[in-house]
Amino acid sequence: MGHGGKSNEKVVFVGDSRVRKGNGFITPPDYTSYPGKSEAFIPNFLLKEWMVGVVVLVGFLVLTISEPAPLGFPANPTASVIPMPDWYFLFLYQYLKYPYASGDFIVLGTLGVPGVAFGGLLLAPFLDRGKERRFYRRPIASAIMLLSLVSIVYLTNFAWTHYKHELAKTGIKPEEERRIEKAREAREKGLPAPSNAVQTKEVAIVDKDDAGMESFKKATCISCHAADLKGASGPSLRGVGDKHDKAAILTIIKEGKKGPDGNMPPMYDTAKGAGLSDQDIDHLAEWLSKQKAEAK
Amino acid sequence: MLKSVYNWVDERLDITPIWRDVADHEVPEHVNPAHHFSAFVYCFGGLTFFITVIQILSGMFLTMYYVPDIINAYASVEFLQTKVAFGQIVRGMHHWGASLVIVMMFLHTLRVFFTGSYKAPREMNWVVGMLIFFVMIGLGLTGYLLPWDNKSYFATKVTLEIANSVPVLGPIIKELLQGGTIVGAQTLTRFFAIHVFFLPAVLLILLVGHFIMIRRQGISGPL
Ligand code: HEC
Ligand code: HEM
Repeated sequence: MGHGGKSNEKVVFVGDSRVRKGNGFITPPDYTSYPGKSEAFIPNFLLKEWMVGVVVLVGFLVLTISEPAPLGFPANPTASVIPMPDWYFLFLYQYLKYPYASGDFIVLGTLGVPGVAFGGLLLAPFLDRGKERRFYRRPIASAIMLLSLVSIVYLTNFAWTHYKHELAKTGIKPEEERRIEKAREAREKGLPAPSNAVQTKEVAIVDKDDAGMESFKKATCISCHAADLKGASGPSLRGVGDKHDKAAILTIIKEGKKGPDGNMPPMYDTAKGAGLSDQDIDHLAEWLSKQKAEAK
Repeated sequence: MLKSVYNWVDERLDITPIWRDVADHEVPEHVNPAHHFSAFVYCFGGLTFFITVIQILSGMFLTMYYVPDIINAYASVEFLQTKVAFGQIVRGMHHWGASLVIVMMFLHTLRVFFTGSYKAPREMNWVVGMLIFFVMIGLGLTGYLLPWDNKSYFATKVTLEIANSVPVLGPIIKELLQGGTIVGAQTLTRFFAIHVFFLPAVLLILLVGHFIMIRRQGISGPL
């Protein structure tokens, strides 16, 4: 086919192309100078590669099934979390914390050292131009690479240990673990898995004019949970009936609650002090337990 | 039947050389782990490609559910993770694959480095390889933000602060990536576009270059 214009071919390319006719095939490199037994890529070698590939894939799937991908809570600019990049950035992240790589030396930190390191790596073939390929005969190149590897491992490990240490010190639990825990608690109570996504449909207050609302204000619950029940320093109580029944809410009022969203002190005495009777408190709990998202 | 269809197409488009270019070559003994177990180091390039394919496929499935806006991004990921059948596995494959591909690429780079395979005549392929390396890092960086949970949000904030500290260009890079003065709705859509369209396109082009060069030059010889 091609440029000859032989009449027995269906497609004849007209000869106004300046492209030189090639033989249409990248000549396979001649491996006769290499010692030993070569093997055809297809089918012999590819078959073995495929089998290894299947084993790798199965191992990989076992990992993904046994270890679900982590997910925290929705981004919230006011949340207090320890910022952590993905693990393969940790060494850079850690390195940028050193005094000679930050502050007055930040240019050295962000541009200088990484620029030289990655630039050197990019241009390695033009820096190391000797013919020798064996690494033990290239002491300078090999030493620089080994040194970089050691520092990367060291910095990564340092950053990770430091992070673990911070977590232990501040008592913060990573959000991805808290989310799993929350889901498990709900499951144990027989409730559907809670969604942590920002609610776009607002949950309304049920029976706004109930006497419960009055007690809620009087007992100073609003100082933390807000008059519209949407929460301030305490969490939102709209739809709280989906999470706790009346008895549980009574317990919370009497004993307070320690949890991931902060601590609530026991409020029973405060409520009594504000002039609420036991009956009022009982009714308050009942009213709160009626705060369900679905009720309308 | 199949053969006559093939012949029909081949007569018109002359496709035989194409697939012979891809398939018809020898694998020399010194890179074949069946002969020398230590030759497994030569598999890392292929394994990187394998995981890259997994990333592309699982990513395509993720975009069926993922919504790149600040209200729905988290909700869509959470829905996929907790409600969609096999969603957790698809997301898991993409999440763990992202780490694995970095590991494999790193090992591949080390193999090429320590066997001195980047030397003449393969300098250009090493440079293309490093560009692939940077693209992969970029993919990891932009993908990390997409679930829009606190971890991704704060990590991205720190990253952009670091970019900002580069002299002269820094603030421009930061604003370009951030799409405004805060990490917000614009940042998410930009990172999404970069992660899903820009970088994969660049990656595929570079990969084609990488593979053509490997076929032209053959694998480097035994040490
Ligand atoms: C000092 C602030 C404060 C006051 C006052 C307060 N709360 Fe709380 N409340 C909290 C905090 C903080 C939490 C979250 C505890 C946690 O993390 O589980 C909470 C949690 C709750 C919960 C459980 C919510 C949930 O999602 O699990 C209920 C119910 C509740 N409060 C009811 C009340 C009532 C009723 C009153 C008034 C008698 C009241 N609170 C007064 C701070 C307060
Ligand atoms: C997505 C990422 C990459 C893929 C899929 C990939 C794939 C491959 C494959 C399949 C080979 C054949 C030999 C082997 O498997 O070891 C190869 C060779 C090579 N790769 Fe890569 N590679 C990637 C990234 C890189 C990087 C980051 C570098 C280094 C900067 C690099 C530099 C090279 C060089 C120089 C060769 C020729 C080696 C020789 O002939 O011995 N590649 N690559």
